[in-house]
Amino acid sequence: MKRRNVLAGFGATFLAGCSKVGDSQPMQKLFGLAQDWHRGAQRTLAGRNALAREFSPSDISPYFRGNGTTDPAEADYKAHAAAGFAGWTLAVGGLVERPLQLSLEQIRALPQRTQITRHDCVEGWSAIGQWTGPQLRLILEGAGLKPEARYIVFRCADVLSGSNYYESVDLVDAFHPQTIVAHRLNGAPLPVKNGAPLRMRIERQLGYKHAKYVKAIEAVASLEGIGGGKGGFWEDRVGYQWYAGI
Amino acid sequence: MKKHRLSTRLWHWVNLLALVILFMSGLNISNAHPWLYWGQWGFQPNTAWLAVHRWPGWATIPGSYNLAVARDWHILFAWVFAVGLLLFLLIALFNRHLGRDIVPGRREWRWPAIRADIAAHLRFDFHHGEGKYNFLQKVAYGLVLFVLLPLMLLTGMAISPGFDAAFPWLIDLFGGRQSARSIHFIVAWAVFGFFVVHVLLVLLSGPIGQLRDMITGGRYDEAA
Repeated sequence: MKRRNVLAGFGATFLAGCSKVGDSQPMQKLFGLAQDWHRGAQRTLAGRNALAREFSPSDISPYFRGNGTTDPAEADYKAHAAAGFAGWTLAVGGLVERPLQLSLEQIRALPQRTQITRHDCVEGWSAIGQWTGPQLRLILEGAGLKPEARYIVFRCADVLSGSNYYESVDLVDAFHPQTIVAHRLNGAPLPVKNGAPLRMRIERQLGYKHAKYVKAIEAVASLEGIGGGKGGFWEDRVGYQWYAGI
Repeated sequence: MKKHRLSTRLWHWVNLLALVILFMSGLNISNAHPWLYWGQWGFQPNTAWLAVHRWPGWATIPGSYNLAVARDWHILFAWVFAVGLLLFLLIALFNRHLGRDIVPGRREWRWPAIRADIAAHLRFDFHHGEGKYNFLQKVAYGLVLFVLLPLMLLTGMAISPGFDAAFPWLIDLFGGRQSARSIHFIVAWAVFGFFVVHVLLVLLSGPIGQLRDMITGGRYDEAA
């Protein structure tokens, strides 16, 4: 009985210690470094432009689970949805030479890429779907990035727990061949639960990076001053890792 | 001559810390979606092959559900575990610890010898055999070093979406991403099983001396 108490005490002390150490500045720094090392290792081993696995139509899962926001409640979004997103525009701005306002027709008129890929959620589940849309690089090349641009930020129409969803990637993932602005899923217009009318596909990272309901794309030099400054809704809110390749 | 080399002792304790943190933060991560699937995809709990228990706070890092913090710990200690394992295996290969002490010799693979070894274990006689370790010990350590721990590392990499682009064959090897996730979970519990048996046997074979030797190195008596 005594020994069990000693063990329980030891376990509780270990957990309390972990929590203290985990919250400390040096440990937070180490957590960030470990993330950077994983990104470095993955990009060194794979190459910056290596493609995520693409599947055949028979691999597509029976349906594609919606997660996070699945039905934005904002009046503006609801009005667009009721109108079949006919008036939806994608703004491209920030550190670009030529800011753009793209209609859905203009986005559909660009050269398209269709890819069947696996979507891995940070929670652990996976689904496979077929996505169609123009490569983000085409849009960024059209707008012309200024030399000081380092990150691409995706601004979304949905509000979750009081703040707008947003996400960001660095230029390696922004210019990756499989990074597309998708408007079709499995051969049909994107359903609302999966991000209608436009969502990002960042195929080498976890699901929360794949911003849905995208309204604007912004080139920036730094992520500071955007939202909570950590580069994304979940990064700000609960501390999810900004690099989600692991 | 020391019973345990410095490299063995260092790795033993660093690896223990890494495995405890990886296991407990892994249980917290498991709580995010406690269902396991086979194949590439899986997201419907009713198609899961296993509905996993929800692990209580005292068993997880951090002590309540927090996927972000659990992943911070898991991602950092994955490095400690992976680099430690690779270094230990390389050093143990070159100083012949693996060849001399871990891999069983041809004579030990004979059934009468194995039977005698099992019988000795059942009599709680653990100090037998001609080398540093007896046959069952060698098999257990070999299984952990060459199969279970490398599987943890490889399935962990296969679950990471960034590695999909680097090593698609690795994901295929395990039968898909969700299969790799299931194997990661199963092997984690196999490692936990080894941990329990290992600690029990230390307790049964003079725990004070064993602990002292794994810290100071102890002395290896060739004649014993």
